[in-house]
Amino acid sequence: MRPARALARGAVRAPLPRVRMLPAVPLLTVGLLTLPVGAGLVGTALPAFGVMPALGRAEPGLDAFRALADWPGLGPAMRLSVVTGLAATAVSLAVTMLIVASWSGTRVFAAIRRALAPLLSVPHAAAAFGIAFLIAPSGWLLRALSPWATGFERPPDWLVVQDPQGLALIAGLVAKEVPFLLLMSIAALGQTDERRALTVARSLGYGREGAWFRTVFPRLYRQIRLPVYVVLAYSMTVVDVAAILGPNTPATLSVQIVRWMNDPDLALRLQAAAGAVVQLLLVVAALGLWRLAEAALAGIGRAWVRSGRRGPRGPWLPALSLALAGLSATAVLAGLALLALWSVAALWSFPQAWPDALTLRSWARHGPELVDLLLTTGAIAGLSALIALLLAIGCLEAEERYGLRIGRGGLWLLYAPLIVPQVAFLPGLQAALLWSGAQSGIWAVTAAHLVFVFPYVFLSLGDPWRAWDRRLGTAARGLGAGPEGVLWRVRLPMLLAPLLTAFAVGFAVSVGQYLPTLLVGGGRVATVTTEAVALAAGGDRRAIGVHALAQTAAALLPFALALAVPRLVWRNRRGMQHG
Amino acid sequence: MDEGLRLEGLRIAQGQRPLVALDLAVAPGTVASVMGPSGAGKSTLLAAVMGTLGAPFDLRGRVVLGGRDVTALPPERRGIGILFQDDLLFPHLSLGENLAFGLSRRLRGRAARQAAVEDALEEAGLGGMAGRDPATLSGGERLRAALMRTLLAEPRALLLDEPFASLDQDRRARMRRLVFDRARARGLPVLMVTHDPADAEAAGGPVVRIGDD
Repeated sequence: MRPARALARGAVRAPLPRVRMLPAVPLLTVGLLTLPVGAGLVGTALPAFGVMPALGRAEPGLDAFRALADWPGLGPAMRLSVVTGLAATAVSLAVTMLIVASWSGTRVFAAIRRALAPLLSVPHAAAAFGIAFLIAPSGWLLRALSPWATGFERPPDWLVVQDPQGLALIAGLVAKEVPFLLLMSIAALGQTDERRALTVARSLGYGREGAWFRTVFPRLYRQIRLPVYVVLAYSMTVVDVAAILGPNTPATLSVQIVRWMNDPDLALRLQAAAGAVVQLLLVVAALGLWRLAEAALAGIGRAWVRSGRRGPRGPWLPALSLALAGLSATAVLAGLALLALWSVAALWSFPQAWPDALTLRSWARHGPELVDLLLTTGAIAGLSALIALLLAIGCLEAEERYGLRIGRGGLWLLYAPLIVPQVAFLPGLQAALLWSGAQSGIWAVTAAHLVFVFPYVFLSLGDPWRAWDRRLGTAARGLGAGPEGVLWRVRLPMLLAPLLTAFAVGFAVSVGQYLPTLLVGGGRVATVTTEAVALAAGGDRRAIGVHALAQTAAALLPFALALAVPRLVWRNRRGMQHG
Repeated sequence: MDEGLRLEGLRIAQGQRPLVALDLAVAPGTVASVMGPSGAGKSTLLAAVMGTLGAPFDLRGRVVLGGRDVTALPPERRGIGILFQDDLLFPHLSLGENLAFGLSRRLRGRAARQAAVEDALEEAGLGGMAGRDPATLSGGERLRAALMRTLLAEPRALLLDEPFASLDQDRRARMRRLVFDRARARGLPVLMVTHDPADAEAAGGPVVRIGDD
């Protein structure tokens, strides 16, 4: 048969081309995504209600919830989770929509678009550290102003970072979620007929932003609703960013749950499980609240349209959105620069804006340990991204050949691992792994990462994959190539750039994972991310600088390669050098 | 002539390449037709008149409406309405809301606005359909609704971007008559881009050809 010949001849060997396996790939993938989430939720719920086979306990009851209710921090921790989550999501969405409303289709927007990839790939933890280094009382902003403007000779006693209201946490989340929502919006804009809708609305007398919010926003929002839910669930339950920028007394609920999980006192595991159940219910409630707000806002919007008001208008809108975008990008990039500076700083006492001297001492001290950490990080990230990429190719090719399309339900499945809070199902997954006797080593961590890596890889590859000109495949078939030949000799080479980008996205997502590594690894698998976050409590800025910078480099390097390699490979092919 | 729409020395270029060069005066109540093969720059011309012409294009000359130079104004302040081949009704709004979207803000009060929308629907033969989802209407009904939406904004000129191309012969003639009659009744100068000679003939106004070398 032709596929067999194609394989025998083929330069590329992979398990995928065996045709009879292909139809099973989507099902396999769905299982890979849903089983860990499902098993993890069950594994979390059981101990919350007093059943914990791993500890040899089976006294069904509500003791764990009673213990949780007796913890005096519960109310504030719950409030923090809800308030920071809703605020970070609302602000991120508002800033993103303002930027798109004022700028899409312009040269400025093209520049914003190019700045997205590097901003997105900066891991959350590194961005959070950088922002902390910037705004803390002993941070660079106050150093730059001291003592000449503020009169401070020593850092003031302000709670700017880890403030009880969680404002620093919200700011840190917004800086990282705006690029994410922007990326999702740009991908969805193509389906909103934006240009013509704006032309019509403006010819009817509406200013650019007014026209955009009335005609494009409702259609765009429908497309990015799931990503917005991801941002909401993530912002409510994030652990690493909250441990770095969030308040401490009490911490957010998720941070407290992880502390209990890691407590030597095993009884606290039950309390942690109860907390995880509460956290899950909180997220469900917040999503419900958000959904209600959507409906209310839609109603207000319709009344607004019927009234015929033409505003808002004004040159300040584009300026405002650009300032907000610039501020959040600058915060992240300046933070990274500070991390780099601290990693090579000799003595650097408070009011000085620049260290006394630069030295490589910190890098020398942490170097050997860093090599090991980076090898582990790279192995987990490379493997999980590669598997995710192969699965994504399999799913997309199955969609093409057998019409196994991901429908609405499938899309929810794809987003499930991103919307169900990590802290709600990873403890259960860890328990399930222990109970089943599986090793909680690097393989288990890789498998856990795959759950979070795959959705991003699939979303990243999906659009370019479907946009590929099918007539090229038809032409190849007419020349005698089988479906395998078309896939391996025409489609995949042509899609080299998006394939590498999808891999880089997956790699960066894996590098940034904190909780899956910590919990599924049982504390025995250390990556640059777990080490960096562990340093947060100690406050050794040089060590943090070294680790957070290494973490960023690990996430960024594949992106650079994804840009460079296609240019090199296709340097003599002008038709392949777009984008 | 102070009245009507005038394109004075309009020159559009893409980089070094000249695309469109046009001098044209359209009197109120007349329909001028611009004809040319696809790729001749018809849409670019309309974008220039609308004010939505963006970056790689270079625009010289003036667009004058009712004696006022509108070349530097943003599209929403030119008072120029446009109809496309597709109706471009907003799919998230009901038919009535689509028309209310266009209805000038000068008319205040919920009841008065609703009545104005109803009247406009009636005028287009769509009476009582305000609550309908635009997606459930026929192509001809949607085009008529789009026309009324444009007119409710009280434009001072009307652009037509091959507005009848999606209709069959029979409907095309009726839709043409409706659009031209409404525009004449309001004394609007109309600039129509088309590649159907029958459109230009029915319009009865000046005919300009572009893109024929």
